[in-house]
Amino acid sequence: MSRLLPYPLLAVSLLAMWLLLNGLSLGHIVLGSVIGVAASNVTAALQPPRSRIRRWHLIPKLVAIVLVDVWRSNVAVARLILFPGQHRRVSGFVIVPLELRDPAALAILACILTCTPGSAWVEYDSTANKLLIHVFDLVDEAHWIDLIKNRYERLLLEILA
Amino acid sequence: MSATILSWSLLVALVLLGAAMVIAAVRMLRGPRAQDRIMAFDAFYVNAMLLLLVFGMRTGSTLYFEAALVIALLGFIATLALAKFLMRGEIIE
Amino acid sequence: MNHAADLPVWAALLVSFLVLLGAGLTLVGAIGLVRLKTFYDRLHAPSLGATWGAGGILLASILFFSVLQSRPVLHEVLIAVFLTVTTPVTLMLLGRAALYRDRSENAADVPPPIRADGEIRSGDTI
Repeated sequence: MSRLLPYPLLAVSLLAMWLLLNGLSLGHIVLGSVIGVAASNVTAALQPPRSRIRRWHLIPKLVAIVLVDVWRSNVAVARLILFPGQHRRVSGFVIVPLELRDPAALAILACILTCTPGSAWVEYDSTANKLLIHVFDLVDEAHWIDLIKNRYERLLLEILA
Repeated sequence: MSATILSWSLLVALVLLGAAMVIAAVRMLRGPRAQDRIMAFDAFYVNAMLLLLVFGMRTGSTLYFEAALVIALLGFIATLALAKFLMRGEIIE
Repeated sequence: MNHAADLPVWAALLVSFLVLLGAGLTLVGAIGLVRLKTFYDRLHAPSLGATWGAGGILLASILFFSVLQSRPVLHEVLIAVFLTVTTPVTLMLLGRAALYRDRSENAADVPPPIRADGEIRSGDTI
């Protein structure tokens, strides 16, 4: 099993991608499976860091939270761009100390923070395990640190060991 | 009925996206620094891709989807290479 | 636009709403690209177009072709996944490149490196 499928999730995603591009039929399922297994075996030579998903049932919760937050942030930033005179906006950098060490979890956190228009991931230091983000509308630094640590990082820590 | 609704809304969307492309191009030309131009280019190709998708809906052909996918792939690689160049290309080490 | 004549009115209205929402957000993002004053502020503008801007148009496209061909047409999901994966990479790299260039020129209003010894190592970040 693990010899044939070193990265099962990657193989399944490749199969899904193949079927989305080519349409659903038996021939394409077979061809897509062969390509998925072969390609995931080729990537095994790169030895990417392996991370285990411990709690699958929390993933939909994270996705829902992120979608809502991205929407809210979209509206907030759009309003600030269109009507800049409403209040004096101050943007600035915030340093966030992290507990996450898993590369996959850090990558997901980077996607979340950058996709949210209100915040942008700028720099990360792996020895200090600290993160530098730029916040578009910085009212309170502690609020942002609290948001990242309690809203995203805790869930990510639970999902990915 | 629905054809009228759609033809107007898709036309308006095309105009909005076209305007977005023009504005991104303005930032691309104005700069002032290389990173501004690259970021504007990033926004520019994303807008072009969305424009193609709306165009595909207007003509009812799924052919534009493939063109949009190619634009997304090539645009990403181009911006990535340019941004990477900024990290090491210009400063003498 | 004759191909859309047999689309139900509710679908036409929903597709119109999503397309206009997506295009509008993308335009706002582009306006932000010109209007905002500093580079780090402008770093937030393109993600408007790349998240719900693109999301609205992609959802509209999925709905439009699925209703029109009365079968699920989901290949737009690929572009959505691709955009959510690639936009952060581009913006992160641009942010870091700008920070690197600003620091090497000793620009004002730029935070010092997180590392205490002042050495900037670009290989650290994921």
